[in-house]
Amino acid sequence: MNTHTATKITLTATANAALAIVTLLALLCVPSAHATLGGDSASIEADRQHMSVKLAARRTVAASGSYTVSASTLPSGTEIRQYLSSSGVVFAVAWSGPFIPDLRQLLGTYFDTMVIRQAGLSNAGHRHFSMHEPGLVIESGGHQRSFAGRAYLPAAVPAGVNVQEIR
Amino acid sequence: MIPLKSKPVSRAPKLAALVMAAVLMTWWGGGGGGTPVTTISASAGGAIGPLTTTPETTGLLATTLNTLPITVDAGPQPTASPSINVAYVSVTVCAPGTASTSYACQTIDHVVVDTGSSGLRLLKSALYSSLKLPQVLNSAGSAIGECEPFAIGTTWGSVRSADIYLGGELVSNASFQDIGDTPGGATGVPSDCSATGAIQGDSGNLTTDQEALGANGILGVGQLPNDCPPCLIQTPGYYVPAAYYNCNSGGCTNAQSVTSAQIVQNPVALLPVNPASTSNALDNNGVLIDFSGVTGSGSATTGYTTPITTGSLILGIGTESNNKPGTGQYEYDADIYGNLQTTYTDSNGGTAVAMFGVLDSGSNALYFPDSTIVQCSSPIGPPWYCPSTPTYTLPLRAFNQSVSGSEQVSFTLVGLQELANNAIAANIGAYSDSQSEPNSAQPLFDWGLPFFFGRQVYTGIAGAAAPSGVSTDGAANGYWTY
Repeated sequence: MNTHTATKITLTATANAALAIVTLLALLCVPSAHATLGGDSASIEADRQHMSVKLAARRTVAASGSYTVSASTLPSGTEIRQYLSSSGVVFAVAWSGPFIPDLRQLLGTYFDTMVIRQAGLSNAGHRHFSMHEPGLVIESGGHQRSFAGRAYLPAAVPAGVNVQEIR
Repeated sequence: MIPLKSKPVSRAPKLAALVMAAVLMTWWGGGGGGTPVTTISASAGGAIGPLTTTPETTGLLATTLNTLPITVDAGPQPTASPSINVAYVSVTVCAPGTASTSYACQTIDHVVVDTGSSGLRLLKSALYSSLKLPQVLNSAGSAIGECEPFAIGTTWGSVRSADIYLGGELVSNASFQDIGDTPGGATGVPSDCSATGAIQGDSGNLTTDQEALGANGILGVGQLPNDCPPCLIQTPGYYVPAAYYNCNSGGCTNAQSVTSAQIVQNPVALLPVNPASTSNALDNNGVLIDFSGVTGSGSATTGYTTPITTGSLILGIGTESNNKPGTGQYEYDADIYGNLQTTYTDSNGGTAVAMFGVLDSGSNALYFPDSTIVQCSSPIGPPWYCPSTPTYTLPLRAFNQSVSGSEQVSFTLVGLQELANNAIAANIGAYSDSQSEPNSAQPLFDWGLPFFFGRQVYTGIAGAAAPSGVSTDGAANGYWTY
């Protein structure tokens, strides 16, 4: 929590520059059909278009020397956050709000893995789903009106970044 | 969280055998007595038994009619898919038409009592097709389909209507989700629905569906009068994805909106006056989950190993002698996301952390972040908590914010490593710290079923009249009191 809060401080000059480049790339690139989690910055824009996010809704909510976080609010009221490393990889995504977002779009190729794991579970009383595997971590929880979750690729998390910052 | 009771084999040895003697699924007529049983042939897969006429209400007390006994047991598939900390009731559904004296009913057991959602959902594979519960149609004659995402998986099916008996009280012609049914004959699941997670309960095989759902259905008795208020909004171009659909044999399209008659409603919000009551108060303003009789029969470390049958789901708040909150009881209002405010200090007495909170009977553990509590090692594994001292239980406390102040909740956490193999209830918990509401860094403290043991917890429905002295401010998003 404290770490997370710390990342929300005012952007540094360096981070601002990085943000400008990221934003430029996002606007110039043709949305790619692939990606999102594990994709590049263009995939963030692809997600946003797929999920009908208004461009003005996108904003950078956090930045450090090694990554930036883009947040977008969906028409449903749910917020999605995408973590882009300075090397250009979306290494994590998170969501929170009244409706579960389009996880197939947000998780990309990793969505199918989540579905396979979920299908093997009994869900009576289980408000939380969690899978911690070497290549993929997904946590999802909540109740009607309030859902939240996060997913990240451990191998793609920038060095020195505490995964607790992904929320 | 790592499912405690899952089908995969990767469970702790102690937990792997969290099973009970196999209990055959039973079907019985709804309560009361004296009414002749009408048996009609049943053709639903695997489900065979008598259908009965409407439950008899004559001669019963108002406080009997508004009461549904709760059972906490290992669930409908206790061997393959044993449940823990799940509260079940039985619900009776009948073909709509209360004026008729010959219509047929079926009682469904093992329906989860869930204050964290609204609306009734039943497995199609558990319902007799001979009930002939009608599909709900839109004005153009298309069948209404519904997608209901939960964090652990999604239910997809048609919306059908039934006369629903909760205890001895009748909700006439109400919509419910028929999980696994094909609305209007549409096969397949809409892509934006399946994009929310694994689709569960649609195999068509009762055993498989019960193993997936851990239940025959879910009775959402939460704070909303229906399961999707934004779905009622009629703004051109606006719709909620992965919610309601218009369907026919060619497929489904997103419904731009649904009407109050089509949407799956919280059946409690539709309750009439208790037929045996001398008051005119509607029982539609909420429910009481009464587990006050659950005390020391379960060991602090091994949990409860025999089914708990001393709980009740009681309809209405302040409408009968058995559902009156105590004087001076605090009111806890929900925000627009259905959460209250909880302040938690870690087990070492560190800094108090502001969180959101929810009193959620449909959750089977206490989910909250405390990095000072030891998480379980393999094979149980994190994020489950496994405190070893003192004596595998850990005394903790938090504060829930009421409208009149911050009120302490003392609770105990039990380490899963000491849990009995056949435990069906225990004060277990797990680490969870996802940011739970948009534009806020606060995590969620999910007060699951363990919170309800030993307590009387009232869940008040948004917009319904609360009894005098209970809700002082209208509680526009619903409230709790306990």
